[in-house]
Amino acid sequence: MYVAVKGGEAAIDAAHDWLAEERRGDPAIPEVTPDQIAEQLGLAVDRVMAEASLYDRDLAALALKQAQGDVIEAVFLLRAYRTTLPRFGASMPVDTAAMRIDRRISATFKDLPGGQVLGPTYDYTHRLLDFALAADGEAPEAPTAEPLDPAMPRVLDLLADEGLMERETPPADESGPVPDLTREPLTYPAGRPLRLQGLARGDEGFVLSLGYSTQRGYGRNHPFAGEIRQGAVSVEVDVPELGFAVDIGDLVVTECQSVNQFKGDAERPAQFTRGYGLVFGRGERKAMAMALVDRALRAEELGEAIQGPAQDEEFVLSHADNVEASGFVQHLKLPHYVDFQAELQLVRALRAARRDENREAAE
Amino acid sequence: MSGTEGYNFAYLDEQTKRMIRRAILKAVAVPGYQVPFASREMPLPYGWGTGGIQVTASVLGADDTLKVIDQGADDTTNAVSIRRFFARTAGVATTTRTAEATVIQTRHRVPETPLTGDQILVYQVPIPEPLRWLEPREAETRALHALGDYGVMQVELYEDIAIHGKIKRSYDYPVEVADRYMMSPSPIPKFDNPKLSDCPALQLFGAGREKRIYAIPPHTPVRSLDFEDHPFDIDHPGTPCALCGDTESFLDEIVTDDKGGRMFVCSDTDHCAERQAEAGHDA
Repeated sequence: MYVAVKGGEAAIDAAHDWLAEERRGDPAIPEVTPDQIAEQLGLAVDRVMAEASLYDRDLAALALKQAQGDVIEAVFLLRAYRTTLPRFGASMPVDTAAMRIDRRISATFKDLPGGQVLGPTYDYTHRLLDFALAADGEAPEAPTAEPLDPAMPRVLDLLADEGLMERETPPADESGPVPDLTREPLTYPAGRPLRLQGLARGDEGFVLSLGYSTQRGYGRNHPFAGEIRQGAVSVEVDVPELGFAVDIGDLVVTECQSVNQFKGDAERPAQFTRGYGLVFGRGERKAMAMALVDRALRAEELGEAIQGPAQDEEFVLSHADNVEASGFVQHLKLPHYVDFQAELQLVRALRAARRDENREAAE
Repeated sequence: MSGTEGYNFAYLDEQTKRMIRRAILKAVAVPGYQVPFASREMPLPYGWGTGGIQVTASVLGADDTLKVIDQGADDTTNAVSIRRFFARTAGVATTTRTAEATVIQTRHRVPETPLTGDQILVYQVPIPEPLRWLEPREAETRALHALGDYGVMQVELYEDIAIHGKIKRSYDYPVEVADRYMMSPSPIPKFDNPKLSDCPALQLFGAGREKRIYAIPPHTPVRSLDFEDHPFDIDHPGTPCALCGDTESFLDEIVTDDKGGRMFVCSDTDHCAERQAEAGHDA
């Protein structure tokens, strides 16, 4: 005799206990601490902070530990925490021209004021597994260079001074409220500020592939990596009671500005246009991909033919969020007995109707 | 989440609840219209009921009694999980009995027991836009709603009839609310559609990932789309429930063996249990 399935509650508890056991792994192996993750898996921590839109290394490291290193799950944990935090206000725009540089490269000029600064990059490593890392060993000490030139102008500003690069058009009302897609529903057309927010927290893999698609002809826009810079910027908040801005701390960010061709049109002479990427931490791949997609999404504004998904604002912004995507794809695991039952009845009825028709035709 | 220290009553902070309540008020004022709202990340995944959870969190008071069902049943894992979430974050009383609940959150079913004016039914909605499969662009579908231009759906339903002899939609069957907006009733079987109309309870629909809330106020006319010569009708398997004998409730099909054995039982577990208890009492 069938008895309606019970025991979901006990099953969930048991599953959670098993999960905790799996997370810990072999108890004979020392447990990893969030400090170790924050220090030694820093790029994973950066990615979680970027896609969760919350700059907190300790919490991101904890989320990675809790998620067993599953980055999207960790992003989800951190987002669900972030969303409960009160909002006190918006900071002043961060000044990336005043960034304390760890890395700064340009692919458009061999040398430039401030010089090329390679920084701690994987770019020119040979990807050979380093078995020494599996054994205990001290990291070699990196040499210390002379302090960098404090004047490190942005490459695109140099081009703009010559009139070759479009000027960024500031918002009509700079003192107006900054739109925030985590506090207001996204409507279309979204406009560039919200597009950039969506891309900055969008899934790195998704944004990367979209950027890549523009390089392969789906919305081509001839990019150069004008400048990539990485380092700490100050965050300042204007406190009305004081009448001046107060520095409340530093963020490490990566900025990419691409230089793209623009043929010009009836109103505008030929000049270069820009794509912009800015992400928390050392997310260089993501910042570059973001700049490509930002530029691609400006197709309509620049009167370019829209031929690829990366140029389609609604397509890009509706699908870039990995917490949304992960949830909805995986909701297919939930029971659909009722809908499937309704479908079963329908298919059976349609098949029965066809059978009757065929029988009538045969008679 | 092992504890709830540091979290507000029912998880969401009060500013967020106020924002959601404003969206709900607008939704009630314009029945069937999809109100955009600033949906939050919830500690449960998108697509698993975050819209419904946010609506429930915003209407729930300390003296409410909450029931949560998925597929009509209180004991499906996701219903258990959501019920626990509110038991933990709001400390409200929970029940499996439809008649005892003041707030009922549901996925994919409307309870068989008729609802009352003292109850709120909160639906979890995956895709709030009834025109989405016909027009993927939100900017376009919002314009179609504004203009009341529902021709694409009429053509779609007509084509079903022309090709298959009947409308090929067994669930998420579109409705028209208060003679104005076309609305998705969420993926409830069309069997449940008639229960939406003139319902004494307030019906709220929350779509978290898609950031939309809409509503059917009490006693609002809701019409399932149809044609004069092809009126809306509901299917029933024609067999009674094997446990309680009901011939009028929506049934789940249970596969009992690998030789084609099947049995049909009520999808609404509370309804079925009540009927079995009554039958036991009578006997």
